[in-house]
Amino acid sequence: MSVNLLLTQIVNGLGIGMIYFMIAIGLSIIFGIMHFINIAHGAFYLVGAYLCYALVSATGNFWLALALAPLAVGVVAWLAEPGVRRLYDLPASLQILATLGLALVIQEAVILIFDPLGKNVAAPAGLRGAAFFGSFVYPKYRLFVIVFTAAVAAVLWFLLERTRYGAVLRAGTESMQTVELLGIDISRIFSLTFAVGAALTALSGVLAAPIRGVEPFMGVEALSIAFVIVVIGGIGSFTGALAGGLLIGVVQSVMTTFWAAGANIMIYVAMALIILVRPHGLLGRA
Amino acid sequence: MMLTIDGLNAYYGKSHVLQGVSLTVDEGEIVCLLGRNGAGKTTTLKSIVGAVPTRTGRISFGDRRIETLRTYEIARLGVALVPEQRGIFGLLTVEENLAIAARTASQWNLAAIYRMFPRLEERRRNRGTALSGGEQQMLAIARALIGGPRLLLLDEPTEGLAPVIVEELMTIVGEVRRAGVSVLLVEQNLKFCEALADRHYILDQGSIVFTSDRAGFVSAHAERERYLAVAAY
Repeated sequence: MSVNLLLTQIVNGLGIGMIYFMIAIGLSIIFGIMHFINIAHGAFYLVGAYLCYALVSATGNFWLALALAPLAVGVVAWLAEPGVRRLYDLPASLQILATLGLALVIQEAVILIFDPLGKNVAAPAGLRGAAFFGSFVYPKYRLFVIVFTAAVAAVLWFLLERTRYGAVLRAGTESMQTVELLGIDISRIFSLTFAVGAALTALSGVLAAPIRGVEPFMGVEALSIAFVIVVIGGIGSFTGALAGGLLIGVVQSVMTTFWAAGANIMIYVAMALIILVRPHGLLGRA
Repeated sequence: MMLTIDGLNAYYGKSHVLQGVSLTVDEGEIVCLLGRNGAGKTTTLKSIVGAVPTRTGRISFGDRRIETLRTYEIARLGVALVPEQRGIFGLLTVEENLAIAARTASQWNLAAIYRMFPRLEERRRNRGTALSGGEQQMLAIARALIGGPRLLLLDEPTEGLAPVIVEELMTIVGEVRRAGVSVLLVEQNLKFCEALADRHYILDQGSIVFTSDRAGFVSAHAERERYLAVAAY
């Protein structure tokens, strides 16, 4: 295989990996703060992607979808969180049962409203076709995804590491009760965190739609990959989710050229190897 | 009265941990709550801030009933609990630990806290996990103060600390009192209590069994022997 092909697959992997990162960071922080296992997390991605499909079909404007879909999903999640909160104190098995049910309802609703078949979403007009870098040719839209998600990641990093809200969140992954003792209303933190996690995941669904199309089972697939990344990166860790997302994206993408049938298996092999060496993940803690 | 607890019961599951505890803390007073392990001292402090699963009874802070309020609301009214495990966030720096607790209404801003705890300023960029036990205790108290409390609840602050740090702590609690903050202190270290407290309560098996002022506590040999001395096994 040529160097250019390998390079293409690596860069593809980085783009996909950034999308995975944005799905996983929400799952990771929500689990870290609320100790809530949300099997319906993949549904945010699914809904984000289908909102993109619907908006692009109706208006032809991808940018509208990029702005509106995460906002809509975030607002709905923010409104729903006080209801979801009842699940936080339940055993993990019941959380899984309830959110798996919710995930299935959303997935079936998507099938009812649209249909079970996959659909393509066109990239925005200015980002169709390829960019040329000497002999290296790369799709403009995928390049945009890498740049855009890197910017989102930078903003997220700033929020988490340099603001008071971020410090409260990081403290919350250690002990929410201690946070509350300091006079901080944790129910507001819960709602906001749930909404931001949902919005980011919907945003990744929008970004993924022109790359992979939309189909009703994409949420389930995204969820399992997000769980792998959280395990690899360590619960509640920004850097861990970023490293895990990029690693899985690149492994999956490069393996597609070597052994297409085994590309997805390699994701789990990579996870197994990492937790053998580091049981709490790359950047996790005991 | 700053704090009035009247007929407080607390439960963990089926176990009835506090059985009708009543106590008061006056403005500017340091009150010490003593008792053996498992007597219910920590549960009493946690009940005040609403951090136990079930409790009944009346708890008033100033003229306000607080037993129905949420933990963060009680904290915002000016009740700060420094828990036994100190609750320092290991992933956050010293300064971040302080920043998330800071409120503008507090009489201590960051500069004032650093004047009171110079060691914390030296370590401001260090993460909580890098601190020694004494530094963690100082940070836990500093973090409570920067939130502007009128009542400070200290749970075994001297536990595991070197004597020189315990003395430093004594000075700080004295300073806190001079600033007009009341203190309810749970302690095993009798000398620490005797040196600081205006009044003492002894808790045994979930009930208050003895109460006295400073002088009365020194002469209460029988009660000290009965409720505080470590039993010979």
